[in-house]
Parts: sequence; C-alpha cells; structure tokens
Amino acid sequence: MPETIIFYLLAALAVGASALVIGQRNPMYSVMLLIASFGALSGLYIQLDAPFVAVAQIIIYAGAIMVLFLFVVMLLNAPREDGAEWDRTHPLRQPGITRWGTLLAGLLIVQLALALGKMTDLNAPVATKSDATTVSSVTELGRSLFTRHTFAFEATSILILVAMVGAALMARREGEQ
Amino acid sequence: MIPLSHYLVLSAILFSIGTAGVFMRRNLITILLSIEIMLNAVNLTFVAFGRAAGDLDGQIITFFVMTVAAAEAAVGLALVIALFRHKESLNPDAFTTLKW
Repeated sequence: MPETIIFYLLAALAVGASALVIGQRNPMYSVMLLIASFGALSGLYIQLDAPFVAVAQIIIYAGAIMVLFLFVVMLLNAPREDGAEWDRTHPLRQPGITRWGTLLAGLLIVQLALALGKMTDLNAPVATKSDATTVSSVTELGRSLFTRHTFAFEATSILILVAMVGAALMARREGEQ
Repeated sequence: MIPLSHYLVLSAILFSIGTAGVFMRRNLITILLSIEIMLNAVNLTFVAFGRAAGDLDGQIITFFVMTVAAAEAAVGLALVIALFRHKESLNPDAFTTLKW
C-alpha cells in the first residue's frame, strides 16, 4: 500500500507544518513552514490526479504569495512578538470567555466533527482508475475554463485589477501625489 | 485506495488550525498566514470532491480561490504596511480606534 503510506506522510507533514506555523513566534519561520505545508498539499493534489493544480499550487502559492509575505516580513523588520506582555493580555489567558470568537471557533470544530461523523456514503475510494485520464487532462481543463467558465474567468481579471490598484493605493505614503 | 472521507477529515483539521491561528495569534502577518491555511484546506476539499465526482469543476474553482488568495494577500499586506507605518506595531490590539 505505497499510496496509503504516501497519503499519510503528506497529511502528517501538512498538519504538522500548519500547526507549527501558528505556534511560531518568529513570522519568518512561519512563512517557511507554510511553504512546506503547501508542498505537502501539492503532493496530495498529484495523488488526486490533479497535476495542473499541484503545479499551480507550487508556482502561485509557494512561489508568488509566500515570497510577497517574506518581503513584507523583512521590510517591516519587526520579526518577534513581544512575548511576555502579549501573553499576559492574551484573550485565551483571561478567566472565562472574554471574546465570542473563541467560543465560535470551538463551535466550528464541533460542527465539523458532527458533519464528518454523519458521513456514511463517503467511504468509497476517491480515485477510480477508469476516469483518471479525463480528470487529469490539462486540455480538458483549459477547454472547460475558457468555454463554460468564461464569465468567471473574465470577472477574475477585474478582481486582480482592483486588488492591484487597491494595494498600490494602500501602501502609498501619505501626502504623496 | 484512500477514501474521500480521509481527505475531508484532513481538510477539516487544516481549517481548524487556520481558525485557531486567526483567533489565537496576535501578529497581523501570522493572521494572514492562517487565512491562507484555511483557503488551502477549502481547495483540498474542492479537488477531492471533484475527483470523486469525476469532473473538472472542482479543479477550476480551485484556480479562482487561488486568484482570490493572491488578491487578498496583496491588499492585506498593503494594509499591514500602512498600519505599521501609523503605529509601529503589528499587534491587532493596537488598532482599536474604531472600537466603541
């Protein structure tokens, strides 16, 4: 069962790296660990017969977005949280629930567990060999993207444009013309 | 062969880690990273369901999620830079001027 072993290795890597991301005090390490997590997810996409998504995951997430994060971490040069003071004022250290967000996060986890516990028809293997070629075909993917989903694709380009203008406007120094 | 439920459980675990990060961390950059973890968990769900259904729509919506994630990272980091210029801090509790 090499497939199962690889799945559990990648899943453990993804979960472990993600848990360490939110456990680190230094955001630089957090970004590096998140890249490892994205690499593991990319391996899972290959197992799911989605090679193009896997490559896009590496190029866009690990390549572009995380480099952007790294640049901002280095630009701001404020790598460490002020541990002692922040811990003292942390909402989770206060007696009782001082923020509803904490309660809602717990509620979300309970809901997810309940929903996943109710699944009975999802124990069939996710991948059957017969349709692996159609699902992993980049040609079919491009055809579907540019015919059935043309409108969403074009709307995405407007979203990118708005985000670009917004980012340039936000990061501008005040008083600059 | 791996059942679909395993992918969904993995995705739920990753999403919960991301949620916990948003609520527990007190650094704006780490909060943005946690949001990326949540978006990736959703992506994994889409691809797994698409594979189980045997069509391509699960992969296509993944591309749109990636685009939104890129836009969100760009605007979010620009906001972080602007906020850091104002207060010299990345602690979200430093930006409570609008809080009643």
